[in-house]
Amino acid sequence: MRTAVTIFPGSNCDRDMIIALKQITGKSPIKLWHKDTEIPNLDLIVIPGGFSFGDYLRCGALAARAPIIKNIKNHISRGGAVLGVCNGFQILVEAKLLPGSLIKNKKLLFTCKDTTLEVQDTIPSPFSWGFKPGELLEIPVAHNEGNFFASKSIIHELENEGRIAFKYKESKNEKNNYNPNGSINNIAGILSANGRVLGMMPHPERVINTFHGGTDGLRFLKTSIEQLVG
Amino acid sequence: MKKKDINHSKQINSELFKINKNEYFVQQISDLKSAMEMGLTKSEFELICNKIHKTPNKTELGIFSAMFSEHCSYKSSKKWLKTMPTEGSHVIQGPGENAGVIDIGDNLAAVFKIESHNHPSFIEPYQGSATGVGGILRDVFTMGARPIALLNALRFGSPDHPLTKHLVSGVIKGIGGYGNCIGIPTVGGETNFHKSYDGNILVNAMAVGLAKKDRIFYSAATGAGNPVIYVGAKTGRDGIHGATMASAEFTEDSSEKRPTVQVGDPFTGKLLLEACLELMNTDTVLSIQDMGAAGLTSSSVEMASKGGLGMHLDLDLVPIREIEMTSYEIMLSESQERMLMILKPGSEEQARSIFKKWDLDFANIGEVTNTGRLILKKNGHVACDIPITPLVEDAPEYNRPYEIVKDLNIIDSQDINTDQTINDILFKMFKTPNIASKKWIWEQYDSSVMADTVICNGNSDAAVVRVHGTDTKDSLGKGISMTTDCTPRYVKADPIMGGMQAVCEAARNIASSGSKPLAITNNLNFGNPEKKDVMGQIVGAIKGISLAASFLKTPIVSGNVSLYNETNGVSILPTPVIGMVGMIDNIENTIGINAKNGYSLILLGQDHNVDDGWLGCSVYQEIICGDFNGAPPPIDLKNEKKIIDLLLTLTNFNLITSAHDISDGGLLPAICDMLFFNSLGIDISLPKTLTEEGAITNKLHGWCFGENQARVIVATKEPKKVLSIVMENSVDCFILGKTNNSGNLNLNNMTTISINDIKKVNETTLPSLMGYKE
Repeated sequence: MRTAVTIFPGSNCDRDMIIALKQITGKSPIKLWHKDTEIPNLDLIVIPGGFSFGDYLRCGALAARAPIIKNIKNHISRGGAVLGVCNGFQILVEAKLLPGSLIKNKKLLFTCKDTTLEVQDTIPSPFSWGFKPGELLEIPVAHNEGNFFASKSIIHELENEGRIAFKYKESKNEKNNYNPNGSINNIAGILSANGRVLGMMPHPERVINTFHGGTDGLRFLKTSIEQLVG
Repeated sequence: MKKKDINHSKQINSELFKINKNEYFVQQISDLKSAMEMGLTKSEFELICNKIHKTPNKTELGIFSAMFSEHCSYKSSKKWLKTMPTEGSHVIQGPGENAGVIDIGDNLAAVFKIESHNHPSFIEPYQGSATGVGGILRDVFTMGARPIALLNALRFGSPDHPLTKHLVSGVIKGIGGYGNCIGIPTVGGETNFHKSYDGNILVNAMAVGLAKKDRIFYSAATGAGNPVIYVGAKTGRDGIHGATMASAEFTEDSSEKRPTVQVGDPFTGKLLLEACLELMNTDTVLSIQDMGAAGLTSSSVEMASKGGLGMHLDLDLVPIREIEMTSYEIMLSESQERMLMILKPGSEEQARSIFKKWDLDFANIGEVTNTGRLILKKNGHVACDIPITPLVEDAPEYNRPYEIVKDLNIIDSQDINTDQTINDILFKMFKTPNIASKKWIWEQYDSSVMADTVICNGNSDAAVVRVHGTDTKDSLGKGISMTTDCTPRYVKADPIMGGMQAVCEAARNIASSGSKPLAITNNLNFGNPEKKDVMGQIVGAIKGISLAASFLKTPIVSGNVSLYNETNGVSILPTPVIGMVGMIDNIENTIGINAKNGYSLILLGQDHNVDDGWLGCSVYQEIICGDFNGAPPPIDLKNEKKIIDLLLTLTNFNLITSAHDISDGGLLPAICDMLFFNSLGIDISLPKTLTEEGAITNKLHGWCFGENQARVIVATKEPKKVLSIVMENSVDCFILGKTNNSGNLNLNNMTTISINDIKKVNETTLPSLMGYKE
């Protein structure tokens, strides 16, 4: 299993993701620098969270134009898998590798909290096929721009094609405000048309050890990697 | 002035005028008037002229005024700061460096400090608080430590003051804006409201970092001839003379001082953090100092002074982002995200390549000299030539007159008359933002980035963060715990007792998380020290802090003083904030405040004998009477120590599952805090003396809401074992009862309190104050 984590100036979840992947695969993932113009053959590239280039423009807009993105596109066209978490999701959207956009949270406030995700019934995808539709995962979010927004036709398409991987779901302790950002249809993560690219706002790398208060992030990453290894 | 000097300066000036008109005006000789505009007194100006044997030019005067400002020189507090206990076997570095350093075993050190950004945050809340966070982070990573956590102690004005909402919103966004972006979790702190902060809010930011014990970096310059390197962001005209602004009182036109507020850039901060830590892993850095208050001035002067050396800088080599900046502006700018370093000669290119990788400026701007002078060149001419020693060693130290004013009047519970029920009072308490949940605030901070946070914000009395890489086969790893505390109304009523209380509450909070208290950083926020009573608050609080810190063996290793927190002559409540750091050997044993169903709640530090609950200076008194007065609850250091040791013993035996210190509001709000999360209930059997015939309500209120110190509630599944250890330690205790699923807190059969109803008030108070409806 060959994994890699991209690092842009301003990435700040790269270390956490590297630790999580190493814990699962037993091998340190390769670090890809944003200026890299060549990359080795990989099974999974993870674009971690953070504030790439400060996010002073639209979140992810500058990173989506960095040299590494061309390599990621080639990787995808070869059928490679990509996981974008938080800022990584924003970058994938800005790079047009996933549809829609991530706008400011409905309350216009940065939000860091635990969320409950419901796995949806999706197209074949290494990121969701290890779970039963309706299975719940508890994974935290921390973002200011995670409100997934798209035209009605795109949302319709995503829903009909089974490209919504996760939706925010109510829980015992959060019955009203379970959707942390106001995203349409409570969308928390979406897949590319071939199911090999996932963008998600919640941070699985932050719940991989019992002391984190849960290990659903580890379960999600591990299951995805097992599916990829096949 | 000697005739020769006049000719000399004339010659320079005429040449300068041709090259750079701006610089010419800077080089003009200054006078008393310009000195006073920069915040110096007549005697300070005369001292400067005497020490440097000339009348300083504007650049030289600017440098002196910044170094002599209260902010940089601690001139009013130095005499008293020297009396604080700063030593201990685990202390690696006490006050005087960028941050304090303590040994935490495993060849690791915890590096931490708290610092205020009060004045800038009032003028420009977002940038003021953001740069406060950026500044304290730089203080920590300058020492070679990777920051692992942020905390903040905030004080705002009355909730209904027209500016409060704007200030709260801006400050919270600014703190989050910096911390979230740079990727350091904000894990704790405190937020309180009181009318005395209406015109002068307090924003104190604390950062904690981790370093290898043998890889700590210091600021003393070494080796004449070694290169002086400027790295980080470019210098602009922001924050010029910020340190002087921070050393003056506010008036109505203080908003005109907005240009003296710095602008934060967390993205550049993140690049600087990574570049500096990467460079520190090589063997090239001899010394390093962050450019904080008074920018290039204080960094160059402090480095040279600590090394007993001089420094020669060419200001034309300083990276600037605005044209025609004068030597004065470059030296006094407080542009953020900049560092000054002394490198090993010959290692410049290795260092430069690291900064190039991170797209940061890297400039060799001068060298260390053995002249003992600060010589600055601009446009090829000498813009400043002054001895270093007087800038630091001759900085004034005042022995200001003081009077420690204490309110000794003990308020008897029977002095406070009310017909309000316990339910009424409890609801009122949770309707004030001081007691209500601060969830609305901490949800705006990223508290889980770095994936080491064990427990934080509101779920525990102290936050606990794992020490990365200390996990073993048998242990999830060590944890560093941290908290900030202060009860200003106690300090106002009795500065010594209040100072002691702040330390004891912090230690109790650390112990309530299962950790051992280790050391302190403090942020002394007070009004105008030229007033006798304010100076008395400073002296008294320092005495109290010192007494408690010595007794509990938690030395003060770093700190900051913020004075002149007044607007139009009205002083803030004295607010000496204690930031305390502790240690837990295995994070698996970390304790939070949330109780589980079917556990016994035991009150430690008080038994069934009901003495009068302490209502003087309490939240209860404030709610019933509209204000507080009288003596604050007394502190008995021996009792405090006993409770802390007991908590650690109970944690070691794995006997308690949650613990909560009793503070603002007293016993009942503390019990509610523990029941909220799982919406539990409890049946409390009141002590007999409260229920006997003829018992008076006041006494019951005192029991529910008194703020007697050295008390903690613990939850346990094994009450018998706990009680036997409590007896062995000769600590008083009282069994409150067992938690249940009823969702009701019952006091005998007299009073029923709905936990869910209060929980709702607890969670909605702050959002509705801020205009956010659930």
